[in-house]
Amino acid sequence: METAPTGRHLLCPSDRRSRVRGSEDKEWQTLARSAMPQSVQPSEGPELVQLLTPEGERVEHPDYALELTEAEYRDLYRDLVLVRRIDTEATALQRQGELGLWASLLGQEAAQVGAGRALTGGDFAFPTYREHGVAYCKGVDPVTLLGLFRGVNQGGWNPHDKGFQLYTIVIGSQTLHATGYAMGLQRDGADGAVMGFFGDGASSQGDVNEAFVWASVFQAPVVFFCQNNQWAISEPLERQSRIPLYQRAKGFGFPGVRVDGNDVLAVLAVSRAALERAREGSGPTLIEAFTYRMGPHTTSDDPTRYRLAAELETWKLKDPIERMKAYLSRSGMAGHDFFDEVDKAADDLAAHIRAGCLALPDPDPISLFDHVYAGGSTLLDEEREQLASYLESFEGAHS
Amino acid sequence: MSASTLTLGKALNEGLRKALENDPKVLIMGEDVGRLGGVFRVTDGLQKDFGEDRVIDTPLAESGIVGTAVGLAIRGFRPVCEIQFDGFVFPAFDQIVSQVAKMHYRSAGNVKLPITIRIPFGGGIGAVEHHSESPESYFCHTPGLKVVACSNPVDAYWMIQQAITSDDPIVFFEPKRRYWDKAEVDTSASPKSLWSADVVRTGSEVTLLTYGPSVKTCLEAAAAAGTEGRDIEVVDLRSLSPIDWDTVLTSVRKTRHAIVVAEAPVFASLAAEIAARVSEKCFYELESPVLRVCGYSTPYPTSRIEEDYLPDLDRILDAVDRSLAF
Repeated sequence: METAPTGRHLLCPSDRRSRVRGSEDKEWQTLARSAMPQSVQPSEGPELVQLLTPEGERVEHPDYALELTEAEYRDLYRDLVLVRRIDTEATALQRQGELGLWASLLGQEAAQVGAGRALTGGDFAFPTYREHGVAYCKGVDPVTLLGLFRGVNQGGWNPHDKGFQLYTIVIGSQTLHATGYAMGLQRDGADGAVMGFFGDGASSQGDVNEAFVWASVFQAPVVFFCQNNQWAISEPLERQSRIPLYQRAKGFGFPGVRVDGNDVLAVLAVSRAALERAREGSGPTLIEAFTYRMGPHTTSDDPTRYRLAAELETWKLKDPIERMKAYLSRSGMAGHDFFDEVDKAADDLAAHIRAGCLALPDPDPISLFDHVYAGGSTLLDEEREQLASYLESFEGAHS
Repeated sequence: MSASTLTLGKALNEGLRKALENDPKVLIMGEDVGRLGGVFRVTDGLQKDFGEDRVIDTPLAESGIVGTAVGLAIRGFRPVCEIQFDGFVFPAFDQIVSQVAKMHYRSAGNVKLPITIRIPFGGGIGAVEHHSESPESYFCHTPGLKVVACSNPVDAYWMIQQAITSDDPIVFFEPKRRYWDKAEVDTSASPKSLWSADVVRTGSEVTLLTYGPSVKTCLEAAAAAGTEGRDIEVVDLRSLSPIDWDTVLTSVRKTRHAIVVAEAPVFASLAAEIAARVSEKCFYELESPVLRVCGYSTPYPTSRIEEDYLPDLDRILDAVDRSLAF
């Protein structure tokens, strides 16, 4: 297990100060200079890996080749449209009072479909609460996703069946779980890899930074997939970092790459490469998917209080679905019939979501005591009894 | 043949060794647990015999220890995390309370986290700050966690093994100033249930309800009181969450006087819960209010005055006098 030689020095500012003052360690000073960004001006623009321009032009990248069949290109488009429809319907259900809350992924479809479709059967994903597109790719029924937001359960799927952990709401905690799971894969000698999702805001969390340290020193087969959607509720990226997020990886001793998060092809290629690297035993990778949260943080948020409409308009020109549609049309891989068929599939999915959501049963109040412990609890048995007899004390409770 | 005299620390070491032998999915992880064998030597020799992949010297990050243990447990392992000192558990508090405790509930039983979190706790060793705390009430207050505390080498040997085989996450408190106490441990005996309290001294006049390092203090107090003709019963709770109420209430109904003894700050503590529950359930049997002899509601003091903070023989016997004189 090797660690990058530069990591240890650069992690500790107090160490850095004392060494610079001493001016003894020339080698270290050179290292420090090379690791610092020459400029932190955002106007320089990101060094994006891109395979499909916002205009729908297919371009090549020297490090990330992608060979897909025509059917696979069309499938990716279908995924993007269906995932956006899940989001649209869920937002509508929240507005109609059927969900307590919804965290929209609008604008992040390509980041999630690209990552989700790079995952294979033996891989395990650890999501935040916004990974509806990854969930879709992992085979979680969208209706099941709604349970948490409707308040009928706290995640209705079995993570072991789906290779997809329950949503994690406390920011960044799941990156440590992802790393631990990856350490388990190592110990089992298993082939799979792990993808841990988080956002630009989470990059400030201690747990995320601890996960980077652990994954690095144990060379765990984990890919850290950061969707930098530019906003952590109301706080812009500049409140989280002075350097591009993907560059953080260098200090921890593993590679970081920034990909156009609105380009499903590039995200797929970069994710596949990182997962393959993990499976080979070459350790973690940080992927920064550069994207934009086109909606509010959640349905409870009001982005007009903190960001300009013009910014949203700029990002609309980089829409992940429109560029894929343009590419398919222009290349002749798809025509009206195909697009109509996809729209019909989206309508069917929407109907399934609406009907399924309304049919989700409220849990029995007595079930609130279930599953607190695997081994049961006499205290909870007593409290369950108390609630049951209290409920039964109401006239006509069981009429 | 299978009985030998062990310190509490060595009994834990032997128990951990058994657990590693019995189940290849058991892992030990923590700071300095490998090559050094832990700052209290509880894991001494285990890395040498079971390898670096099973006895893992971790980076110095408590949230990382518990957070990665969550992932390992999801993968099917049984991690035993060592938190080096009680006062260092708080960087891991979020992972323990928000993730470890709730996962089984949130997943409707689909995800089990059989994680054991070992924490040396309590004062009395003349340590600097953050090395003498009693944080058990935080964890007892958290649904989804089970919390136990051993008080002697025999229990240490068995309870650590039982905790590791439990499918629930367990916070396992070790009385650090009793690590060097010795007793004969018969490794072929049948252990008590992990969840049962133990009447460690029978008596008829007062019940002392206690756990962890205070058990020995209470036994010494009871012995001293015995020389003055007082007949005191001592109950070692062993399991702090859940509590074996049958044993506790049976004892109190017999003696009609109850005193809870613990090192943790008294306000809103586990001792408060015990006092409330005993008062509720034994209202007609009690002849005096339930008293608490605990740490004061201050941060843990400097070591030169810690003896004034910790419950000791005199404070316990003073409480016995007050209880009987009521």
